[in-house]
Amino acid sequence: MDSLLKLSECTMCFGGLTAVSKLTLEIGPRDLIGLIGPNGAGKTTIFNIITGIYEPTSGTIRFNGQSLIGRKASAIAARGVARTFQNIRLFPSLSVYDNVRAAFTMQLKHGILHALWRGKSFRKEEAEINEQVYEILEIFHLGDFRKTPCKSLSYGDQRRLEIVRALATKPKLLLLDEPAAGMNPREKEELMELIQFVKEKFQIAVLLVEHDMKVVMGICQRVAVLDYGIKIAEGTPAEVQANPKVIEAYLGEEAKKIA
Amino acid sequence: MNQFLQQLINGLSLGSIYALIALGYTMVYGVLRFINFAHGDVYMVGAFSGYYLGGWLMRAFGMHSSITLGMLVLVGSMVICAAAGLLIERLAYRPLRNSPRLTVLITAIGVSLFLEYSGQVFFGPDPKPFPAIIPNKEFLIAGLTINSNQLIVLVVTALLLVGLSFIVLKTKMGMAMRALSFNPTACSLMGINNNVIISFTFGLGSALAAAAGILASLNYPVINPLMGLLPGIKAFVAAVLGGIGNIPGAALGGLILGVAETLIVGYGAKIHVPPSYRDAVAFVLLIAILLFKPSGLLGKGQVEKV
Amino acid sequence: MLDRSKIALIGAVIASFLVSQFIGLDPYFSIVVINIGINIILAVSLNLVNGYTGQFSLGHAGFMAVGAYVSAAITTFGSTKWFQWFGAANTLNTGAFFVVALLAGGLAAALAGLLVGVPSLRLRGDYLAIATLGFGEIIRVILQNTETMGGSRGFSVSSIYTNIFWTYSLAAITVYVVLNLVNSAYGRGFLTVRDDEIAAEAIGVNTTKYKVIAFVLAAFFAGIAGGLYAHFIGYLTPEGFSFMKSIEIIVMVILGGMGNTAGVIVAAILLTILPEVLRPVQQYRMVIYSLLLIILMLTRPQGIFGGIKRPAFLSRKKAASA
Repeated sequence: MDSLLKLSECTMCFGGLTAVSKLTLEIGPRDLIGLIGPNGAGKTTIFNIITGIYEPTSGTIRFNGQSLIGRKASAIAARGVARTFQNIRLFPSLSVYDNVRAAFTMQLKHGILHALWRGKSFRKEEAEINEQVYEILEIFHLGDFRKTPCKSLSYGDQRRLEIVRALATKPKLLLLDEPAAGMNPREKEELMELIQFVKEKFQIAVLLVEHDMKVVMGICQRVAVLDYGIKIAEGTPAEVQANPKVIEAYLGEEAKKIA
Repeated sequence: MNQFLQQLINGLSLGSIYALIALGYTMVYGVLRFINFAHGDVYMVGAFSGYYLGGWLMRAFGMHSSITLGMLVLVGSMVICAAAGLLIERLAYRPLRNSPRLTVLITAIGVSLFLEYSGQVFFGPDPKPFPAIIPNKEFLIAGLTINSNQLIVLVVTALLLVGLSFIVLKTKMGMAMRALSFNPTACSLMGINNNVIISFTFGLGSALAAAAGILASLNYPVINPLMGLLPGIKAFVAAVLGGIGNIPGAALGGLILGVAETLIVGYGAKIHVPPSYRDAVAFVLLIAILLFKPSGLLGKGQVEKV
Repeated sequence: MLDRSKIALIGAVIASFLVSQFIGLDPYFSIVVINIGINIILAVSLNLVNGYTGQFSLGHAGFMAVGAYVSAAITTFGSTKWFQWFGAANTLNTGAFFVVALLAGGLAAALAGLLVGVPSLRLRGDYLAIATLGFGEIIRVILQNTETMGGSRGFSVSSIYTNIFWTYSLAAITVYVVLNLVNSAYGRGFLTVRDDEIAAEAIGVNTTKYKVIAFVLAAFFAGIAGGLYAHFIGYLTPEGFSFMKSIEIIVMVILGGMGNTAGVIVAAILLTILPEVLRPVQQYRMVIYSLLLIILMLTRPQGIFGGIKRPAFLSRKKAASA
């Protein structure tokens, strides 16, 4: 199976601090991979490297065979990598509808001149986008909130909206940064179902950063563990849970002895 | 060579004025992350305070041009402007402490306009001659003609810079100022009264601007209510040049700008730049630094955490 | 093909034509009315950059100056004879001449916008403001040193062409362009740049492209406004396009509520009339203006119509969290 995303020996240094060290990670087109590790292990940094917010100090990143390094974040998004953020980053002044509609801008065939002239083809495209936005909002039960300012949504709904917005870009890979943060157990159950639903319906790969072990172990096919920027383990959830290095990283030396 | 040294001294003298004003901008930015557009006009208020104070002292006490008179006027106007700075902060900026940055910026512009135009109404728009509060003598040293006013500018600026360094590095207040520029929330949690520190910073910056106003008026003894506009913008550029928020940077930036401007006026013709482009020097430097090193010569870049 | 906005535009053009031809206005009145129109163009175009795209530009007067001087140069050094081929009607000659001059001014300003925008737009917030301020001043200094255009003494424009028809037709076009652009799927991109650049990039919005487009388009219209202004006032000086002028336009955008075109238009009208209203207290005019500005910021900073949506970029940066 050809990998969709392949990081090879990626290293990220911020001045004297090495946030990520020689990371190698491969994700296939239908994978659901979890990325875990103690706080500060470098998980979000990896997301930022993949999506082009940071350029890695060394190493390569290939998506569908092509290098992502040095490309603008918007160019990477255009290639099919979408993400959500640890602290929800919706567009506060826009409604639910517009937050999703904004995700269609890069798929537009018509630019400025058409927006000004407003001819038939322009209006056709606007109508098509309109339909697609409605459709995807309905799928995720946000249709009724179309005109609501996104700030008014509940926390859980906002998280869902952020995922919907990411999906609207028709990605091949979805990066989810701690989507379960701040959720109660029921919401987390729903989230787990949501992620699996998304993977199946949209036929995409998902890379998930999470702290909640139930969520990670519950849905991920494979899990990679990071500690201080280094991948210390990778395997199925069961393998990783039993790995002594992982236990040590999370719970310390003493726990290893007990385990 | 002589001419070059002459220009250099002129440049350092001009640069000292810019440096003193720039310090006020940089300190306020460091502590509040806010560009006080009205700061240049405090410089003007300083000059006018000196004008009225000097005039009064000379009339009421029959004082003559002397070091004593000079010092009294200098200190007096510094105190007046420190008070003015405190007042402005209290009335116009403090209520907006938690408002969007843009709002405070516009308010600062409003304060600046207010100072300029009420200056025109109350002081009269026509230029006024600044009284000679210190006797001006010329010296001939190693073939260079230096007048004592320029020397005073350099000496007083140096003393003020030393004084400022002492305050910032060796006093509790100074430490509090530096702490505040890193993390205001942590400061208040440590029991520091942020408002007091901020007021102090404003007062200090305004006092320095006043000193600049007096020193500038020694060498260019014609003052008017709009005199703070251009020096204000240029001093701000100097602060950005050195790294906004960085105190030594502001001093360095001011000196560099003063020298650059003077050299362009003096030698510009040789590279086909007419002296009338002197005002553009500041802006060209500004664009250059923003393009190549926005954090300034001595500043450190800040990375936004995603 | 004809939707509401196009109908409104055509209607406005026809209306302004009729007014300028058939309604004789008191000269003083028409001066104010034309000033209002010019300010509407300036404020609405600046609103595209500051209000909708969230980029704080302080140099709009510089682009106005470029447009003013370039169009003035064309009409003064050129000649209506170029347009002789329009045949008999002299007004058509003049009209075409004027349009060409205005367009040239607008395009020159747009070019200036590109030169200023590309390097500056990678700067954030305060820094962008200062950079645009710097560029505005550089333009002014260059004009002061351009002797063919009068330098600091000033330049006399050959003819007065501006009237209500031209001013309000162009104002209507400006509003049409800005509103239609922003209210399209493409145009939502501007708002995302304003709200959250990082999130915008994450959904494929090329933030730099949008910022530059907004900037250049706004500069174009500022140039048009400059051209109208030049052929209205008749005499140009670099001082007339100083930082102060940029401030006046910004205040209109803020008063109107950033990102609210209707509000900005109302603000432009109010703020153009204000100096006239304050004429009796002429010498205190600026003092009152500055006090009003301070009070406005202290009491209702979101402007007349703003406040419902507050762009994220304007919020105070908190200490780094997450």
